[in-house]
Amino acid sequence: MNSFTYSRATAVEDAVREKSTHPDSAYIGGGTNLLDLMKENVERPVHLVGLNKLPLTTIEPTPDGGLRLGALATNADTAWNEEVKSRYPLLSQAILAGASPQLRNMATDGGNLMQRTRCYYFYDTATPCNKREPGSGCSAIGGYNRIHAILGASEQCIATHPSDMCIALAALEATVRVSGPNGDRTIAFEDFHRLPGNTPERDNNLEPGELITGLDLPAKGFEKNFTYLKLRDRTSYAFAVISVAAALELEGDTITDARLALGGVAHKPWRDKEAENLLKGQPATADTFRRAAAKVVEGAHGYEHNTFKIELAKRAIVRALKQAAEGTQQASDVFLNSNP
Amino acid sequence: MSNTTYIGKPTSRVDGPAKVTGAAKYSAEFNVPNMAYGWVVSSPIAKGTITKIYADEVLALPGVVQVFSHENVPSLAWFDRNYKDDVAPGGSPFRPLHDNKVKFSQQPVALVIAETLELARYASSVLRIEYEEEKHETSIEDKRDDGFEPGRGKTGWMPPPPPRGNPDKAWENATHRVEAEYVHGAQHHNPMEMFGTTVEWRGEGKITAYDKTQGVVNVQQYLTKIFGLSKDDARVVNLFMGGGFGSGLRPQYQVFLATLAALELKRSVRVTLTRQQMFSFGHRPHTLQYLKLGTNPDGTLAALQHHALHETSQFEDYTENVVNWSGMLYQCENVKLGYQLAKLDVFTPLDMRAPGAATGSFALEVAMDEMAYAAGLDPLDFRIRNYAEKDQNMDKPFSSKKLRDCYHQGAAKFGWDQRNHEPRSMQDENGMLVGWGMAGGVWDASMQKAAAKATLTADGKLLVTSAAGENGTGTYTIMTQIAAQTLGLPIEAVTFKLGDTDFPEAPVQGGSWTAASVGTAVKNVCEAVGEKLLKFAKKMDGSPLDGASMDDVEFVNGQIRLRKDPNQAVVIRDVLQASGESKIETDSSAMPNYLKQMPYSMHSHNAVFAEVKVDPDLGTVHVTRVVNAVAAGRILNTKTARSQVLGSVVWGISMAMMEETVMDHKFGRYMNHNYAEYHVPVNADIHDIDVIFVEEEDDIVNPLGVKGIGEVGLLGVAAAITNAVYHATGKRVRELPLYLDKLL
Ligand SMILES: Cc1cc2nc3c(=O)[nH]c(=O)nc-3n(C[C@H](O)[C@H](O)[C@H](O)COP(=O)(O)OP(=O)(O)OC[C@H]3O[C@@H](n4cnc5c(N)ncnc54)[C@H](O)[C@@H]3O)c2cc1C
Ligand code: SF4
Repeated sequence: MNSFTYSRATAVEDAVREKSTHPDSAYIGGGTNLLDLMKENVERPVHLVGLNKLPLTTIEPTPDGGLRLGALATNADTAWNEEVKSRYPLLSQAILAGASPQLRNMATDGGNLMQRTRCYYFYDTATPCNKREPGSGCSAIGGYNRIHAILGASEQCIATHPSDMCIALAALEATVRVSGPNGDRTIAFEDFHRLPGNTPERDNNLEPGELITGLDLPAKGFEKNFTYLKLRDRTSYAFAVISVAAALELEGDTITDARLALGGVAHKPWRDKEAENLLKGQPATADTFRRAAAKVVEGAHGYEHNTFKIELAKRAIVRALKQAAEGTQQASDVFLNSNP
Repeated sequence: MSNTTYIGKPTSRVDGPAKVTGAAKYSAEFNVPNMAYGWVVSSPIAKGTITKIYADEVLALPGVVQVFSHENVPSLAWFDRNYKDDVAPGGSPFRPLHDNKVKFSQQPVALVIAETLELARYASSVLRIEYEEEKHETSIEDKRDDGFEPGRGKTGWMPPPPPRGNPDKAWENATHRVEAEYVHGAQHHNPMEMFGTTVEWRGEGKITAYDKTQGVVNVQQYLTKIFGLSKDDARVVNLFMGGGFGSGLRPQYQVFLATLAALELKRSVRVTLTRQQMFSFGHRPHTLQYLKLGTNPDGTLAALQHHALHETSQFEDYTENVVNWSGMLYQCENVKLGYQLAKLDVFTPLDMRAPGAATGSFALEVAMDEMAYAAGLDPLDFRIRNYAEKDQNMDKPFSSKKLRDCYHQGAAKFGWDQRNHEPRSMQDENGMLVGWGMAGGVWDASMQKAAAKATLTADGKLLVTSAAGENGTGTYTIMTQIAAQTLGLPIEAVTFKLGDTDFPEAPVQGGSWTAASVGTAVKNVCEAVGEKLLKFAKKMDGSPLDGASMDDVEFVNGQIRLRKDPNQAVVIRDVLQASGESKIETDSSAMPNYLKQMPYSMHSHNAVFAEVKVDPDLGTVHVTRVVNAVAAGRILNTKTARSQVLGSVVWGISMAMMEETVMDHKFGRYMNHNYAEYHVPVNADIHDIDVIFVEEEDDIVNPLGVKGIGEVGLLGVAAAITNAVYHATGKRVRELPLYLDKLL
């Protein structure tokens, strides 16, 4: 860990200016990811721009009937917000499936999008890693890669994005609001995170100095038929081995609209629109779900320790869609709920 | 009636308030003036040579005090024996900063000392060190044919007994047979508290080391032998521990480093390790086990063969008893046990809760389940059918053995008779597959030499001290109970202090022997105080105890009274005051009664019943119910003992379901070396746990009749869960942990 200076911004413009005028600086929200990375010498910013005093903590309706989440709203406040709970329960469930209450109390919505992969090699500076040190090589390929990607990976990097919240945001088609040295812009959620390609060091399409100011959720929340199914190695406080955000709109037994996004399988939240199209207009049956699941993993590729994820993904998709169609809770909640 | 009967009562921890209020001080919390801070630099490579250390670059940073490495370490003790601690296995102990050789990944290669912790940490992150790498070997899989039988083991290790009967032929001829390999990877103890040492410089070469250790005496001997100090020069203190589980049995390298720095710099120094560095030393070794079992037509065991191979370092031969238990848990005339080590470029493994037995009982008890199914028998019936009435390894009767009661009481509590024997035959209302499995284990009832001192003052207060250890198990409490009851004093009048080399010697806290060893010493020393008290009491004017011997009296309710006529009594506080003495002070020690024990095999036992629920499509497993019935002699404190066994069950669930330190053999390095990626259970993983203490009387093991409960509760838990998963799914998993991918 290195020593660093710290300033606290109270307005968005100040934050952006502070960041642009300090080389090697970083924004810090809850600090739950950045500080860990600093302790491991993975990130060594010399200046931190504190964001928690920015007036971006509110959650309020947008003119077009959606909901805007301030980038500095905590994961906990978002998950337990009444509007979020009732209109976007998929998002609420996804957040609550992540981390622990203590972490969610600190973690911010903007920071959650920006959290970095949990790849062991990325965290350990004793090993090569293209994401940490471009060109040094990918240790996970041929290494211990049980938690790594089966979709959209490259020969440079097979890391996954670890977020739960983002899987729901992908399914819900959120929009990311950004302020930067060159002004404000919005980024569609599917365009926010990147696949590794030849630039695994870039997790997303934010430009240098850009600040996430908020997330807009469209009006449609799929509040009736949804599931966030998270499979993990312990019941709580563990990253997803695989997670599925499934959202359906039904007329009788027919699916009229569908969203399907996966976590733990790719460098970005993996939304599959083709699979969604296979669901639309079809009866909500196991056969339909299986077809969609098969579509998702069509191009999947496993490595030494994670090939099981291909089969697991299929089964998890079928289960998640079934639960969404039935409007029942996810299976592992049975165990979580017995231990409040 | 006695109000001063404490033994066996569910007594709350006497150190509880200090712990929950933060008053309890841990080793890295002793703040002394003018302290410097050390940060350990760990090797990124597994094997090779350090070719250059650019110490000057960091020494140039204002506030950096020194960089210790092999280049500037003063000449210390030369012989291996000076580096051997009480728990050292055979071989040459690792000497930190000794030379330019790297022998394992994360080896400490330098210690940066600075005026602040932050600076030490920063300086160590920019300290450039160059290495010449050599090819390392870290995979036990590659060493299958390179195993060797260890010569000298550490204290307490027994080579497997020679084969008995004709195990090969008996196996060939058996009616039903099973054979399989069972595997678990390396596991690290991961106590909550990181290793840390504060060495206080007392001037003139004298130090006090506040060290995280399970044995202050062991650490003191280690330091005095290496640094040429006298015992007075090196006091070692450990008052509280945030968990040890065996990781604190041997002196860890931070105590060496902090002491080295303090003596060299002539000032106080603190060195603490990071969570990542908690993966840089001893661990439960990656172990491969092969079992062959065969039965006769009547379901008795015809043959049993158990072979284990596990890793050790290149420099020490770590040994633990993995297979021996298999020769004594069941009656079998044809037994062959084998035990081998293989040398790898890793740090020496280290005893981890129920070392060897946790490993061996996993394999044996899963194999027994497989055998029961092959023979068409209920797993519990099968075990009872093969119940060992004596220890066939030693050909001795047990001093006591209530395992049968564990089986019966555990099964009754669990409802085992409701079980459908067929795998995949039970489901719950949510469509989850339900599985019931059972297993059991055996552990040593040991005792070591220990000493204690007692001081009774005129105000009626008793202070008892011993250099014993407490890693959260309840030692403070049970010793206070024993002392209070022995002298008939209210528990509030008694203070027990431990963890200080200024106190009488006690063994390291391990092997589940503290209650027996230190407990007996405490009892003895209190009885010695009692004898003196009685002497004074008899001299009192008109003493009702005149002419009484120790056998005639009892110490109860703050009084000494005649057993025959409890109304004939004197108040203990009055005795001292009448005597004119300000205090009574005695030392005493306790040793096992070898003569009495010789004819017997002394062990504790348990039986575990587990229920799992498995998602038929997704392979997720939840351990929903565990009953653990334990026969461990007398239970001194049913509350702290229950907590110990609850903790053991959680450990067993952890071992079965999630613990594994994963090595990347390319780098010879453990990769999931932090708490986010090395999983132990959270509350949501733990459901109903029932603990049963089966009554067991034993006056052979020691005068208290205790066998210790720190370890036995862990045995069989992982096997019972694995067996339950088989029962639920029909899938036999033989490699831990039971990740969902193994059940798809
Ligand atoms: C042990 C552990 C377990 C966890 N388990 C889970 C889990 O199961 N599921 C899950 O989803 N997450 C999990 N998390 C991750 C957690 O959700 C993230 O750490 C958290 O969301 C990050 O938010 P933060 O505000 O603390 O970010 P910070 O740590 O403050 O920042 C993270 C990154 O984002 C940047 N940043 C922060 N805010 C902004 C902004 N407004 N605009 C631009 N850049 C910004 C920072 O510069 C930094 O690079 C876990 C974390 C830990 C430590
Ligand atoms: S998978 Fe990506 S993050 Fe992991 S080692 Fe390879 S390049 Fe680095």
